[in-house]
Amino acid sequence: MWDNQTIMMIVEGTGVTLYMTLVSTLIAYALGLPLGIVLVVTAPGGLMPNKIIFKILDVVVNIVRSIPFLILLMLIIPFTRFIVGKSYGATATIVPLAIAAAPFVARLVESSLLEVDHGVIEAAQSMGAGNWTIIWKVLVAEARTSLIVGGTISLGTILGYSAMAGVVGGGGLGDIAIRYGYYRYQADIMIVTVVLLVALVQILQMIGTRLSRKLDRRITR
Amino acid sequence: METMIQIKDVTKTFVGKDNTVEALKGIDLEIHKGEIYGIIGMSGAGKSTLVRCLNFLERPTSGTVYIEGKDLAALNNSELRNMRTQIAMIFQHFNLLMQRTVIDNICFPMEITKTSKKDAEARARELLSIVGLTEKEKAYPAQLSGGQKQRVAIARALATNPKILLCDEATSALDPTTTKAILTLLKEINVKYGITIVIITHEMSVVQEICSHVAIIDEGTLAETGTVEEVFQRPRSKAAKKLVFQGERDQYEEMKGKRCIRIVFTSNSSFEPVIANMVLACNTPVNILLADTRDIGGVAHGQMILQLPEDEGIAEKMIQYLKNRKLEVEELDNYVG
Repeated sequence: MWDNQTIMMIVEGTGVTLYMTLVSTLIAYALGLPLGIVLVVTAPGGLMPNKIIFKILDVVVNIVRSIPFLILLMLIIPFTRFIVGKSYGATATIVPLAIAAAPFVARLVESSLLEVDHGVIEAAQSMGAGNWTIIWKVLVAEARTSLIVGGTISLGTILGYSAMAGVVGGGGLGDIAIRYGYYRYQADIMIVTVVLLVALVQILQMIGTRLSRKLDRRITR
Repeated sequence: METMIQIKDVTKTFVGKDNTVEALKGIDLEIHKGEIYGIIGMSGAGKSTLVRCLNFLERPTSGTVYIEGKDLAALNNSELRNMRTQIAMIFQHFNLLMQRTVIDNICFPMEITKTSKKDAEARARELLSIVGLTEKEKAYPAQLSGGQKQRVAIARALATNPKILLCDEATSALDPTTTKAILTLLKEINVKYGITIVIITHEMSVVQEICSHVAIIDEGTLAETGTVEEVFQRPRSKAAKKLVFQGERDQYEEMKGKRCIRIVFTSNSSFEPVIANMVLACNTPVNILLADTRDIGGVAHGQMILQLPEDEGIAEKMIQYLKNRKLEVEELDNYVG
């Protein structure tokens, strides 16, 4: 049973899972980072308070976050087809993954940026800094370790979601686990894929934690 | 003298959900170039709001703020930002960028003014030597003590050669020794570069140490303004008295109902043993409840609180005796500290 073909399949599945996770996270950040920034900036008491924009984004983020991933995955199949050309496979899974993760990322970014001391923002304003400078050089720069921790959490969460996409032929380790482990009762393959998924999350978490610690200048060493 | 800051009838009202707070109720103030102006008040008096109106971190609800004759309200956003590069500010909690080195913190305001990195770093090093932190260039704020952080903040504030330096409770988080060192540094900067300094504080000792002028703010209004010497010698308002004679409340409580007077000594009167002579002249002892001299702007000033004898005639005689010696005598009968 553990022939070359199976091993190759699992190695390939690991690669596909990483591909989906990394690309989805990247896209989710491309959407979620600006979204999180806008949430912080337009919030009451923010740099440019705007009740309407804030409320709309706040509600949209909450709605998307509250839709279970599997439902969202199927709900947006037409959209996925429109973007990728098909609704199954690893690349097609990236679309719902990114869309599901973006609001989650936005909330993580929001909470990271809100940790930045208001006094530092005020100091920058007193120096004549514009909002753009404050966003990038104060908010994002000062929150960077917290943002990296958030990024690590996102990677882990998206990795978990990507395994779920296996149900609809999403590809990757989750797909293998369902097809072999669940439908064909091959428990050994199931166990191997689960162990690999756990190992991947562990590794990503470790890298993220180390990176954020290394970049944090508030810790005196 | 050239007027640097002029505040005309400034009010600030904060409208909350279920209450409105009138933080400032019509403030008029004029600060001249090169002065070290103290604004002192109890917490909640509105002093932090007032100082934030000077660079429009808070926009006044009504009234006008002129900096070198320019009405801040008339400036557009980019003009206001430009103006702010000339009005630096330091804070109680330093507000440094924690993820940047000391030198990069000092370079930050120069990034805003688009100074080249090379020039900015040269200027930052120069400032580091002024505040005495040359060896900490590559350190991060988390590795510095409170006093060192405030020195970095001062260097950062001076980076763009501002005309005004606003200090919002800049020494309130520091111990007395460090406070003294920071105040000395501010004084040096004021003398060397002619920067007008506005100091917000709740500690009279800070004002006493370095300010030339003082405004006393109480419940959103200015209770009293003048030179530090004037206000210390002859505090007129209740708020001023409360601040000048901080810590004497207990004595006042005790003295209630008895006839007490405060005598103020000025520089030309403190040599004669006046109280002793008075006692000899009147042949009646007095109770000295409090005696205090302090160094204000390099001149010794003192005050003394006496409890007079119950005999009205002798009491009057004593007051007359002191007045004849050009001392200021003030009755404290109904004073509630």
